[in-house]
Amino acid sequence: MKDLINYTLHLADDSLILGHRNSEWCGQGPVLEQDIAITNISLDLIGQARNFYQYAATLMNVQKISPPAGGGDSEGAATEDTLAYLRDNREFKNCLLVEQSNGDWAKTVLRQFLFSACQYYLYGELQNSQDEQLAAIAEKSLKEVIYHLRWSSEWVIRLGDGTQKSHHYMLNAIDDLWMYTGELFSVTDYELRVMDERIAVDLLSIEPKWEKKVKEIFTEATLPYPDKVFMQTGGKEGRHTENLGYILADLQFMQRAYPGSEW
Amino acid sequence: MNLLYKYYYGDIPEEKGGNDNTPLGDGGKTDWPLWEIFIRSKQGLDHKHVGSLHAADAQMAIENARDVYTRRMEGISIWVVESKYIHASNPDDAQSFYEPAEDKVYRHPTFYDLPDEVKHM
Repeated sequence: MKDLINYTLHLADDSLILGHRNSEWCGQGPVLEQDIAITNISLDLIGQARNFYQYAATLMNVQKISPPAGGGDSEGAATEDTLAYLRDNREFKNCLLVEQSNGDWAKTVLRQFLFSACQYYLYGELQNSQDEQLAAIAEKSLKEVIYHLRWSSEWVIRLGDGTQKSHHYMLNAIDDLWMYTGELFSVTDYELRVMDERIAVDLLSIEPKWEKKVKEIFTEATLPYPDKVFMQTGGKEGRHTENLGYILADLQFMQRAYPGSEW
Repeated sequence: MNLLYKYYYGDIPEEKGGNDNTPLGDGGKTDWPLWEIFIRSKQGLDHKHVGSLHAADAQMAIENARDVYTRRMEGISIWVVESKYIHASNPDDAQSFYEPAEDKVYRHPTFYDLPDEVKHM
């Protein structure tokens, strides 16, 4: 049961942290229309995170499993809010890719593309999970992810196959982010155990599909598919880059300074 | 002296109608062309003009319209037309265009006696 909770939290954290990163563009987008587009995607992701957190909280409370450090309310029960706002850095299980800084627009859209392409195949498979709740959340979220993938693919193509300058920005973005893509398909112990119960998705089976998709879009964008590099991992097990600390400082400040505050 | 003009939808002079196809400069100071957005809210209804937005091409205009104008389930179909292709009547012509119709009430079909058998008129 602990493994299922960890797996659910991992899925939730991925969506929450990328949703938060995208929300940092709110009011700062390059043009009004894209500001709204990225904020919509942000809201979709935070909505997915809520579904997963609610499920994780239910599992913890039903099984009387105490939430991870800081993850409970005054009675020690977990809620979607305590899981998002009160867990510490090391308890977050999001992959490193989603916590990377926004950088410029090229980096933001590439990060979205690399992640959405993975999420697209992941949720596609998760719909067949033995866990009905996860399958239902995946089915609901997949419709959103299809649009995120379409939107971000078009931006990668637009910038990659745009001007010399925009092409250059995309190359820089690939340099910045490629080392975090390996972790999308690295399998942690908790995933391995829920995979045996046919709850979690076999990441190794979706990796070639992801590669094919990325190659297809990069080719259209006239971008080179990168050579093998050393891949950074650890996020899914709580070992993060320094970026997550800054995100949580922003995200959790209100609840930590004014516990239980609402508006 | 510079005069300020206020334009209403449909009264946009052609030279202001998103004719600008020059690429984005360094500061992005040149805007993308303007597009007029039409949304159909239900099957069987007409597409209605809902507003305008900027986009680099038609595909992006449709997606921007999806994000800007259908967030609250307003529509099931989107049309986009680049604003420069909309030809509008000139507000200055209002006198000669519309006012002559004012005293011609006989153009309304209200001067006929309808037979009782005709319903729903």
